[in-house]
Amino acid sequence: MAPVNTAENQTIGAMKSSPEGRPSGLARGGANPGDRVFRTLLATAAGVIPLLAAGILVLLAVSSMPVLEKTGLFFFVRKEWDPVAEQFGALAFAYGTLMTSFIALVVAAPAGVGIALAITEFAPLKAREWAAWIVETLAAVPSVIFGLWGLFVLAPFLHTYVDPILERVPGGPFFAGPDTGLSLFTAGVVVAIMILPTIMAVCREVFNAVPISLRESALALGSTRWEAVRLAVLAPSLPGIIGAIILGMGRALGETMAVTMVIGNAPQITANLLGPADSLASAIANQFTEATSDMHLSALTALGFLLFGITMVLNIVARLLVWAVARRMQHVAAK
Amino acid sequence: MNKFLRIAGAAAVALGLAGSASALSLNGAGSTFIYPLASKWFYEYNQNTGVEINYQSIGSGAGIKQLQAGTVDFGASDAYMSPEQMGAVPGGSVLNLPATMGAVVITYNIPNVDTGMHLDGKTLAGIFLGEITNWNAPEIAALNPGMNLPDLAITVVHRADGSGTTNIFTNYLTKISMDWAGAVGTGTAVKWPTGVGGKGNEAVAGVVRQVSGAIGYVELAYVIQNKMTYAFMKNRAGNFVEPTIASVSAAADGALANMPGDFRMYFTNARGAESYPICGFTWFLVPTHFNDPAKGKAFVDFLNWSMDEGQKEAPSLNYAPLPDSLVAKIKDKIATITY
Repeated sequence: MAPVNTAENQTIGAMKSSPEGRPSGLARGGANPGDRVFRTLLATAAGVIPLLAAGILVLLAVSSMPVLEKTGLFFFVRKEWDPVAEQFGALAFAYGTLMTSFIALVVAAPAGVGIALAITEFAPLKAREWAAWIVETLAAVPSVIFGLWGLFVLAPFLHTYVDPILERVPGGPFFAGPDTGLSLFTAGVVVAIMILPTIMAVCREVFNAVPISLRESALALGSTRWEAVRLAVLAPSLPGIIGAIILGMGRALGETMAVTMVIGNAPQITANLLGPADSLASAIANQFTEATSDMHLSALTALGFLLFGITMVLNIVARLLVWAVARRMQHVAAK
Repeated sequence: MNKFLRIAGAAAVALGLAGSASALSLNGAGSTFIYPLASKWFYEYNQNTGVEINYQSIGSGAGIKQLQAGTVDFGASDAYMSPEQMGAVPGGSVLNLPATMGAVVITYNIPNVDTGMHLDGKTLAGIFLGEITNWNAPEIAALNPGMNLPDLAITVVHRADGSGTTNIFTNYLTKISMDWAGAVGTGTAVKWPTGVGGKGNEAVAGVVRQVSGAIGYVELAYVIQNKMTYAFMKNRAGNFVEPTIASVSAAADGALANMPGDFRMYFTNARGAESYPICGFTWFLVPTHFNDPAKGKAFVDFLNWSMDEGQKEAPSLNYAPLPDSLVAKIKDKIATITY
């Protein structure tokens, strides 16, 4: 929306270029030494973050060198994981991480957006705060508790009631079975429950930020309740919704304890979602303390490096997507 | 009056500080298996002598690494150290002293089949290699004539995390089966041909309990305390032996004849009519020379205490006490520690 020429904006404009012609103190950072020190401190604090990320990246790369020298870059597309024979490859774990996160997003994204919509648009006023609070409490539960719950409650439940139904669904190889309850699917569901509060909370903020005038205009033009929501709330919030999903994806990729307890820990690439698999974070958590040989340790560090890389790449792609969508919407709005 | 109180208070604080400064404190790290017994030992020893021993159960491999880094005074491990590992410890020389013994028990979940199914090493290897896939297989039926074994798929459950239990179990299978030795081998983490992994004894036990047709391996203490269904294993002498503290001690007795002087040996598949075939030591990893005389003396006293009083407490926590003849040899070795 184009900036409106309010009184506020005019004052700010005046502050920005004072009569003497110099930019004002606020804009430039201050002429006196106190302000300069303050600015340097802030810049240092801000600079620490990328430095830290670069430091982690360098450490991971250096520690991965032994196994990469031995196996070459082939390590990242190799399925073999044999600590005794010291033959290592990351592909099976990468598959597990990506598949679990994908299942989690497929389950949690629609649910999160739907719950946020229900809370902001359709729920009775009194119930809204309570409903939001209950979902957000889920976010406070530690990851290990989700893992234990998944292992002792969800896995048997899915194994006894849900998996037999899924096996009869004509889903091709995806639900072929056999299954033990410890599987990609169970891990995906547990992680979905864990990222649901994140997606829901961010979407709720985004929907609440949409000005009422948009909804009112849609209704005034004769749309039904659902059409008003779709046109006036969902459409302008799209970048925000994608941002919420990115946040959820970030958490899903790195989730360790909950995944390692229910994924079945069998490093394999299988189309069968009801079969066991393994993930990058889970492999590191399981094997790191007992790995005595240097090559094994180096291989685990290389898995960490790969996870770092995957997370960074996916986040960059997602961020570009958000910018593209936001820019397209600005063009549409400016017309 | 006030001045008197203040002086008395300061004196009390000074005495208190002096008192706590004289209490000796040692640090150790390593095996999670020995942790329940070791923590009881350290607590009781502290009650008796005031010496404080702190232990972190971070895993055998991590314990060895910390010993090499010099951050702990001693380690504990379910696998003995290799010559390269011992050489990397500051001081260059380490003793592997057996502290206690544990057994690996095969637990299963088959409808209408109770504790006491007979299994032998070859069949077990076949199951864990994925070659025997159903409970009504002829190999299993041959060992259990008269038992009603259902047509049920076998689900193998193993450990997902690196573990001393896995080390003992795979060591046994490597000795018994050439196929296993070629395909998988021995280690705290191996490439399992089949099955799902659980994190820790709890997860393996939990999965076995929930999945009909599952088979897994857990530690003896866990099986006893949770009243699980377990198998009797065929030992070297040909007898099917129940895993108990007594049969583990018998295995250690059976292995004494072949025990090397530095105690670095796995005694899976030991001789003896009563020996349980899948068990092993947990070793204390102790440097041969302590730079701090006070710490050295304190730890040597503790080790001797653990060989006498400590072994008596092992059965109450479901650990097998070391045989007396072995204790004598270990004490001789403890006497060689300098400080």
